Amino acid sequence: MQPLLELTGIGKTYPGVRALDGVSLHLDRGEVLGLIGENGAGKSTLMKILGGVVPPSEGRIRIGGMEYPHLGVATATRAGLAFVHQELNLFDNLDVAANILFGREPLRGGPLRLLDRRAAHERVRPILARLGADFSPDTPVAELSIAQRQLVEIARALAAEARIIILDEPTSSLTLSETARLLTLVKELRAAGVGLIYITHRLGEIVDCADRVVCLRDGRLVGALRREEIEHAAMIRLMIGRELRALYTPPAQPPGEGGLEAAGLVTGAFPGRALDLHIRPGEILGMAGLVGAGRTSLARTLFGIDPPLAGTIRLDGRPLAIRSPKDAVAAGIYLVPEDRKRAGLVLEMPIVENVTLASAPNYARMGLMHRAAEWKASETQRAGLRIKAPSSATRANTLSGGNQQKVVLGKWLSMAPRVILFDEPTRGIDVGAKGEIYGLMRALADRGVAILMISSDMEEVLGVSDRIVVMHEGRISGGLERAGFSEQAVLRLAIGHGEPARAEAAQA
Amino acid sequence: MSKKELGLAVLLIVIGGFTAILNPLFLSSVNLLNMANLIGLFGVFSIGQGLIIITGGIDLSVGSMFALLGVILVDLLVNYELPWPLAVLIIIGAGTTLGLLHGLLVTRLRLQPFVVTLCGLLIYRGIARYYTADSTMGFGYAGDIDTITWLASGRSFGIPNPFLFLVVVAAVMGVVLHRTVFGRYLYAVGRNDEAARHSGINADAVITGAYLLGGGLAGLATVLLVFYTSSVSPSSFGNFYELYAIAAAVLGGCSLRGGEGSILGIVLGTVLLQILQNLVNILGIPSSLNFAVMGGVILLGVIADQQLGRRKQKAQLQRSQALAAAE
Repeated sequence: MQPLLELTGIGKTYPGVRALDGVSLHLDRGEVLGLIGENGAGKSTLMKILGGVVPPSEGRIRIGGMEYPHLGVATATRAGLAFVHQELNLFDNLDVAANILFGREPLRGGPLRLLDRRAAHERVRPILARLGADFSPDTPVAELSIAQRQLVEIARALAAEARIIILDEPTSSLTLSETARLLTLVKELRAAGVGLIYITHRLGEIVDCADRVVCLRDGRLVGALRREEIEHAAMIRLMIGRELRALYTPPAQPPGEGGLEAAGLVTGAFPGRALDLHIRPGEILGMAGLVGAGRTSLARTLFGIDPPLAGTIRLDGRPLAIRSPKDAVAAGIYLVPEDRKRAGLVLEMPIVENVTLASAPNYARMGLMHRAAEWKASETQRAGLRIKAPSSATRANTLSGGNQQKVVLGKWLSMAPRVILFDEPTRGIDVGAKGEIYGLMRALADRGVAILMISSDMEEVLGVSDRIVVMHEGRISGGLERAGFSEQAVLRLAIGHGEPARAEAAQA
Repeated sequence: MSKKELGLAVLLIVIGGFTAILNPLFLSSVNLLNMANLIGLFGVFSIGQGLIIITGGIDLSVGSMFALLGVILVDLLVNYELPWPLAVLIIIGAGTTLGLLHGLLVTRLRLQPFVVTLCGLLIYRGIARYYTADSTMGFGYAGDIDTITWLASGRSFGIPNPFLFLVVVAAVMGVVLHRTVFGRYLYAVGRNDEAARHSGINADAVITGAYLLGGGLAGLATVLLVFYTSSVSPSSFGNFYELYAIAAAVLGGCSLRGGEGSILGIVLGTVLLQILQNLVNILGIPSSLNFAVMGGVILLGVIADQQLGRRKQKAQLQRSQALAAAE
């Protein structure tokens, strides 16, 4: 049987960079192909070539036996390719139906070419039902949550009746139950004869649904795994080309007294819920929970972005009023935000100005910036954190995700951290850089810094934390000591099933 | 001097040289002094406009502010017979206060700068015309204004005083913008106010500060402009001046998206605009084409700047990627 999609010797050269080199792969009808690789391995370039966004420098693309020398966006769509993107490409000023049927709107009125809204809704409703969506076709996209928007993206691919669907990190913002539903859907589509390429950093999903795995590294295909060979260790070995050493490094000494204590804290996101939290110096406190459980709001409240509605915050026993990030920074409480490009960095500024952004007055004499001192501080951080950049004058937007995150860290490390709140510290960062970030977190904890690590990555929560607390709908639903760590225990608490009494005993 | 400013300076010299060859009168001292005077007048408030644009905002109200503050200045000097230092201080204070008001409306009520200052443009012009019943105000037989007249429109060492004011303002604001913590914050907030807030910077105070400085400079410019024309007709005084200021700032490298621009660039932008105006006169181009020439040159400048910027960005991206790949 002819493969649905066949790539032969695809290469792509950008000036000075060889992004892809001799990549050949094929996809059959009714098959799920897992595509893995670190960031920068060439996955997105390959997807851009398939989507017709950039032409390959060499190689052949055959879809359903037809050869396409120049695949444009329109040809790709016509050939039956559909994408579900990681970054959502939706018009949030239009409703759900309009987004799903964009470019294929049902018309009426003959030459007037009027939009037939009713027909559009009729057509979209069964697709939404199939996805188990809890919103109607006429809902404005602006009112949807990120997870719901992701479903709209998927519905769009379904509506196009695509033969080949490429899912690029489709679950990065979905909750556990939505992820499970998506995986079921992937299996349904496979049974219906659709070919799927599934790209993700979450290896568990690949184990769950892929029939075959191929791995890209440095623009080359470095290996493939058959169904029975697919397991975490094998995939990680392919991705980084070596064994990943055990994640957990125990602390150098037991956690100290004091640290950050919040009592009866009420955040704006859950006005009815009060919570208590204690982050001790010298420990990494992992915080798990479903998307929307209130973890980010808690971090924002502790950092003063959304001031608390009630409750007290103490640092090393002394009460602290945090009404703005300025107060938090002055007290040594720093936040490494979830969205580093928007909230962590000024992308157009050089590394040096990002590093000193929060501490600029420290480098000023009589209000005038002392540039040499600033440069020295930044170079110290660049060397210490091993930021891969030609110099501190390099602009942040030219760095990779992992190096950008290190610049955010450099900003706080160049000051006097007491408590650092990490919100999804390794999201979108490749495996190698992840290990470095974990090492840095441990080194900080050993220097007596209290660390909170909010993470949706189960492997990370279990592998890096000294202690875990879990949030559920705005409250702390329980805590776990290292001995009691398990995926099941965390999940039970995350969906609100843990008995609070026992959980508190574990936390004490 | 950045490449952008260097490019602008080269453009200035080329256009100036071209004009001088076609009509040597361009370099006559009368013409040069006249231009210097106008550059001084427009440069002072263009710098204020530039500071606001760097925060990602805009100030459409300066032209009307000149009319309102202008009639008040004449009134204070002629009818209330205030001593001139006091009158000047009141005008600069009033400009600062209006700037503060704009800043608070933008940061506290989260109104868009365009809307706030568009309303300012309409309101201040309206009040100025109502206050004077639409009649032109002049100094007539006003008392002791010789000193301020000399200060605002005379010459020192043969150089027009407004130009000297601009040199001082540019030097001070250059230090403020490029050397102080406030200046650093201004760029950071203009580029990404979210990241600035997340670094503990009081972004609202920084933005308000820019409007405040812009208002104060508009107050100073009012004094210079009033003594340049020596009368204020409230319906036309300062008309379109906000657009000259925006044009100078954009020509000088400020991006309306915020976070970009320099004092030197803004000054060079002002100089280029005045040369263009002068060139239209001196080369006998129909003066009705004045605006079209200005618009055309700004458009070309912005296109050239954007193309160069894109190339630079690409080169830097490649350097870091090559380094990351080499690891």
